[in-house]
Amino acid sequence: MTRIALAVLAVSLAILPFFAGDFYINLASQALIAAIFALSLNLLVGYGGMTSLGHASFLGVAAYISALMTTRYGMGHGLAAIVSIAGTTLMAAFFGLIALRATGLGFLMITLALSQVLWGLAYRMSDVTNGDNGITGLTRPMPFGVPLDNPASFYWFALIVAVFAFAMMAIFVSSSFGSTLKGVRDQPRRMAALGFNPWMIRWITFVYAGFWGGVSGLLYVYYHKYIHPTSLSTTSSAEALLGVIAGGSGTLGGPVVGATLVLLLKNYASAYVERWNMLLGLVFLFIVLVMPTGITPGLRKLVTSMRGGSR
Amino acid sequence: MQFWIIQGLNSLSLGGLLFLLSSGFSLIFGLMRLANLTHGAFFMLGTYFGATALRSFTGLNIWVTALGAGIAVAALGGLFERLVLTRLKTNPLGQVLVTLGMAFIISDACLALWGGDSIPVPTPSNLQAPTRIFGFVFPTYRLVLVGCAIAAAIALYFLIERTRLGAMIRAGVDDRQMARAVGIPVSNLFTIVFCLGAGIAGAGGVLGGPILSAYPGLDGDMLPLALIVVILGGIGSLLGAFVGSFIIGFIYTFGTALFPELAYIILFLPMIFVIAFRPQGLFGRAGA
Repeated sequence: MTRIALAVLAVSLAILPFFAGDFYINLASQALIAAIFALSLNLLVGYGGMTSLGHASFLGVAAYISALMTTRYGMGHGLAAIVSIAGTTLMAAFFGLIALRATGLGFLMITLALSQVLWGLAYRMSDVTNGDNGITGLTRPMPFGVPLDNPASFYWFALIVAVFAFAMMAIFVSSSFGSTLKGVRDQPRRMAALGFNPWMIRWITFVYAGFWGGVSGLLYVYYHKYIHPTSLSTTSSAEALLGVIAGGSGTLGGPVVGATLVLLLKNYASAYVERWNMLLGLVFLFIVLVMPTGITPGLRKLVTSMRGGSR
Repeated sequence: MQFWIIQGLNSLSLGGLLFLLSSGFSLIFGLMRLANLTHGAFFMLGTYFGATALRSFTGLNIWVTALGAGIAVAALGGLFERLVLTRLKTNPLGQVLVTLGMAFIISDACLALWGGDSIPVPTPSNLQAPTRIFGFVFPTYRLVLVGCAIAAAIALYFLIERTRLGAMIRAGVDDRQMARAVGIPVSNLFTIVFCLGAGIAGAGGVLGGPILSAYPGLDGDMLPLALIVVILGGIGSLLGAFVGSFIIGFIYTFGTALFPELAYIILFLPMIFVIAFRPQGLFGRAGA
């Protein structure tokens, strides 16, 4: 049953550009990017019990590095991508050293402070980052000589990356390391008593999440061909966190659903209302007060109760 | 020489403002175990209230305005605490998320109501003339602001250490369940402390207006400074908030004056240092 559903989903995702218009193909590409980003944040929030409010740092920094390397330093896309991902992962390693001195709310506050500092830098260091104007005139790469400038080809590119990212993160959480991570989330002291090093497990996860955050940032800047400090802002981190929590943290499918919903909401809402941030805030209040465990677990509960009823 | 002295005074006045912001944050965190991310928005709301009041009524006293705005913001905070936060008692993560949501709502509402341009707040006319001390010229308002922050610190100290209410708050901070068991109404204390913290932030926003002026994004500028202050000083410690505020005030002001582009990175350094060697902060207690 689930296999058939998954197969149908995979096929419909793969052939989407044949029946959807450009607008929807682009929307789907953005959803894929948001999904990778939310999945990487979910490694921290859902599986590691580390609620970060600074995950946009990784998306934004990867995007900025790629943008700067290709425009200012005239680097090719391949090299720029490597530099960007390596730089972002290094930054994650460093941020992890700082933020993981604390847990819980302390961790949340430090990640928020760190990301706000980066946001401030992107705004103020205008001779490097071009400040509030952002960096324009970027191009998309041509992997193996295939141009990605039309919506369909970019969509397939994003789909391949997203499927790979999803698989890699699924393997990560279902591996034995993933089990120790969940153990550290629930019972850090017992895990320490069993001889595991909770700090190291958290740190490795943090770096891994930073890596995939960087990958989503790279796709993000390829898609938009533009980067602005708002990508580093708390709003950007909060959107992803909302996606994770709305979809159901600690599940694999949840963040994908949640991120897609947040993206759709943002796209449709901004066509009608000007005040996206206010709506985002209200949705936050609603989700936390009404559906604290998220939509996917909520739906699953509903499905099981319906099956139980029909029996 | 004049440069150093003026920058020194600017640092002190920014430190004073940061204290008004972070003391409330720290009190709320200490008692409620809640990182109130709405705090920057409360401050900004105070600034906008002050800007509107002081520009509409010339001759309005800034202290009265600060008191009024403080009460208004405290009332709003109290409503938010009673209507939303109390429902999430068992869900600390949910509490943080709703404070974040509330921060978005307030800052977007400010943008909708007051527009995107920055609104300067007039300096009180009787404090506009510069003060001369030992031949150096000081902007009087900033001197008064520092005095005001110190007065607030002393008042808070007496409130926490010397009054019955303060004793109850301290009991709640130390052991919430025991405090409940001996009959202290902890839930009411939560509301009182949340209102108090929000009110100080709102009043601080008015007093900071003449220096900072009201602009969209003020909340986003102030909140990280408050976070860094409390991480540095120790979360929940009033003394830590006081010392941390002035440290950050100095570092940020001199950083901005001497290395404008790197000010944000310089801000990092004390935080990293403290986190590396004393994760609970300068005056924080371990395990907090």
